[in-house]
Amino acid sequence: MRGTTHTVRLPLALPALDSPSWQNPVRVFAWGMRSVTSTVLTLVLFATYLGIGALAHDTHFSLGWVLASTTLVWAGPAQIILISTLGSGATVVQAAIAVTVSAIRLFPMVVSVLPMLRTRETKRRQLVLAAHFIAVTLWVECVRLLPQVPRERRIVFTHGLGTGLLCVCLTATTLGYGLAASLPQTFAAAILLLTPLAFLLSTARNCRQFADVLALVLGLALYPLASQLHTGVDILISGVSAGTIAYGVHWWREGE
Amino acid sequence: MSDLLADFLGDWNALLVLVIAGFLPNEVWRMLGLWLGGGVDEGSELLVWVRAVATAILAGVIAQILVSPPGALASVPDWLRYTAVAAGFAIFAVTRRSTLLGVVGGEFVMLAGKWWLG
Repeated sequence: MRGTTHTVRLPLALPALDSPSWQNPVRVFAWGMRSVTSTVLTLVLFATYLGIGALAHDTHFSLGWVLASTTLVWAGPAQIILISTLGSGATVVQAAIAVTVSAIRLFPMVVSVLPMLRTRETKRRQLVLAAHFIAVTLWVECVRLLPQVPRERRIVFTHGLGTGLLCVCLTATTLGYGLAASLPQTFAAAILLLTPLAFLLSTARNCRQFADVLALVLGLALYPLASQLHTGVDILISGVSAGTIAYGVHWWREGE
Repeated sequence: MSDLLADFLGDWNALLVLVIAGFLPNEVWRMLGLWLGGGVDEGSELLVWVRAVATAILAGVIAQILVSPPGALASVPDWLRYTAVAAGFAIFAVTRRSTLLGVVGGEFVMLAGKWWLG
């Protein structure tokens, strides 16, 4: 573990912004792919997808199905919710509602990353793949790395970064699926605990304003209450109320 | 060969369910962000509210996994899951927000507790 910590902390060496080597798009794509080795989040993602592969195996989904879900859904919590709700016998509609509620957070992420990617000439369709790749990890890494990339090369770089992370996750999904049968229960529990831990800490880290912190705390506190209602959209109820209260407090403090 | 492929993919209904219950309800928010995001100013009040709601929903997802744990995580007693996450957060807070140390610390507490319980 210590060795890995050292390698993941190595700063990523990208050429200067005005360097001519940014001219070659294939190279920029490769730099994007390679930058997955510069973050500890890749390790967390790897372990999360080991867990998703193992969970899919235990709930009797096929390997092709879970690989397709990693590629198409591309959001850890949504996949865990999808697999566990379908696995516990929920209807397709109930599963779809649970997934879509967990995915609302992707909207503000896309809204905040796109202005970093776009130039005046960029067409909307050129951004579709980059938008698909956006999830917590890619969002955090874009905010960190894109300022070091010339603006007109950022889409290619993001495609490389996304493809690199997707390869890591597909490998982990396959490994987790294959290992599930022989995985000790404690180890399987440990990788499933990674998702809430890593999401809690990376969200806490990304909180920029007081409203974000309050939303996180209230969201954690209100969910157990809302879940008593058994509506099937409990997360939506607790999330919208907690978020709105947090925004209200923010608005009131601004007005003071 | 076709048997291998059938094994790999499973039945087609399951793949259709994946698209309807997994892919579309998830992807719609990314595409909405792409279509509507152009007009939203980064510092606008609307975005502060959207971000607060998104954060609270993610907090709900985290709470849901902890309160009604999937798969093997259900084998860990409630108090141990909560203690492990609280310990992870405490370590994160005292290590100047190190996600790595927080995650490793939380996992360690969970494994130590499991080992202690036998």
